[in-house]
Amino acid sequence: MERKIRVLIAKPGLDGHDRGAKVIARALRDAGMEVIYTGLRQTPEQIVSAAIQEDVDVIGLSILSGAHNHLFPRVVELLKQSGAEDVLVFGGGVIPEEDIPFLKSKGIAEVFGPGTPTSKTIEFIRANLKRPLN
Amino acid sequence: MYDLIRCCIEGDVRAVARLITLLESGDREAYAALYRLKDHAGRAQVIGITGPPGAGKSTLADKLIAQFRSRGLKVGVLAVDPSSPFSGGAILGDRLRMQGHATDPGVFIRSLAARGSLGGISKATHAAIRVLDAAGYDIVLVETVGVGQSEIDIVRVADMVVLVSVPGLGDDIQVIKAGIMEIGDIFVVNKADRDGADRVVREIRAMLELQAQLKRGQTPEGGPDTLAARAPEFLHHTGLAEGWQPKAGNESGAPGEKESITAPKPGVLPEAGTISAALIIPPVLKTIAETGDGVKELAHAIFSHFETLSRTGELERKRLESIRYQLGQFVSNEIVHLMSLPELAAAQDELAHKVFSRKMDVYSAGIALFHTIIEQGASHEHPQA
Repeated sequence: MERKIRVLIAKPGLDGHDRGAKVIARALRDAGMEVIYTGLRQTPEQIVSAAIQEDVDVIGLSILSGAHNHLFPRVVELLKQSGAEDVLVFGGGVIPEEDIPFLKSKGIAEVFGPGTPTSKTIEFIRANLKRPLN
Repeated sequence: MYDLIRCCIEGDVRAVARLITLLESGDREAYAALYRLKDHAGRAQVIGITGPPGAGKSTLADKLIAQFRSRGLKVGVLAVDPSSPFSGGAILGDRLRMQGHATDPGVFIRSLAARGSLGGISKATHAAIRVLDAAGYDIVLVETVGVGQSEIDIVRVADMVVLVSVPGLGDDIQVIKAGIMEIGDIFVVNKADRDGADRVVREIRAMLELQAQLKRGQTPEGGPDTLAARAPEFLHHTGLAEGWQPKAGNESGAPGEKESITAPKPGVLPEAGTISAALIIPPVLKTIAETGDGVKELAHAIFSHFETLSRTGELERKRLESIRYQLGQFVSNEIVHLMSLPELAAAQDELAHKVFSRKMDVYSAGIALFHTIIEQGASHEHPQA
């Protein structure tokens, strides 16, 4: 019996704008995934706690405020501390090119900037899940 | 699987989450292993919250969690949202309203997609309730999808149902219709600061009063105001609704209709077993979930109702009824599962062709298929618990 892919879409930090997060949530829904949307202004602790309770395969973090270099790695670190390394973490939003290698070195699997076709994100998720679907 | 179950009973959050995932996926080994939970079952109070989309169920749940936590109770939440019938995907957005409790170790929130079930909850909801119960959550709140008029499966899995309504959804004919309005143990009119809230309260109360009269085999006479005269005969909790009044007193309620009923408080119950559950008139409460107004009274009404359920033996009766229903559900699910086996799919196909070529009619073919299923079922190997 095949599992559904479950994805948590979260907005860490102090953004007041979640249009992009909702667009990606909607696209993943239409790709047959179950998307838990946790809303604005989440701490990394809230995000990781929700991800564990929801038993998600993937966390998508969207950020526009510029605090990505701090908040993204913190989420990955908390997942490790909770023994949940099998969750795939990707990022999106307004992230400067030059920050991406740093984020990848900290365990963010991929970063999708503005204008990325949603199909690319969907393909990425399907190809990079860390837990088998059955 | 044994370790996973053991960790669940110990309250390990990851194990609970993982087990629910397996149950949601229909993992037969996980279902077979559920019997290990039985010695840890039946402790949680299971509360259903249902009502139309946007009525404020999640926000109300959020505020109720705070009330339960302030009493030191551990709370598990199962929040169901609809799945797309087209893609199978879902946006699970109930949790958004409750994220303030995300890092509280005494709260476990899990979003469930309905996955094709049309009764307001998902197929795995009942099993997930059992898992949370065994994991030591004192209260299990089950929030249904936003329902319409007939999605009432919640009543099969919850000890009690809080039915959330809002002003502006229709007149008193909507209130007396069959279906959803029949399953509330507590009625809540949320967004009570909006116009028409008092009218909805009155309409629901009139409906409940009428219902109680009809159940007692009496001819209804008069409106809600006759409730006061009969109050001592009934075990009703309407007095609870008086605990909170909206701040803006601009409702156009009829003069003199203050519903200041001198009802007996739940404390003056008759002896156990002397009252029929049919005589319990559900309370109708007003809340503004956004601000938390009225939620304390709602929590009080919930506990009061549980007390009544336990004292009257109604809780046992409800749980037994629920088990009977789950048994029936289990059997139909098994039959559906058997039909997916290749040999039975082939038999179904063959019979379908016979009906198509008019060698058989659909009813006798159906009976033949049913017998084949029963035979197959008897020889079919089940995963051993």
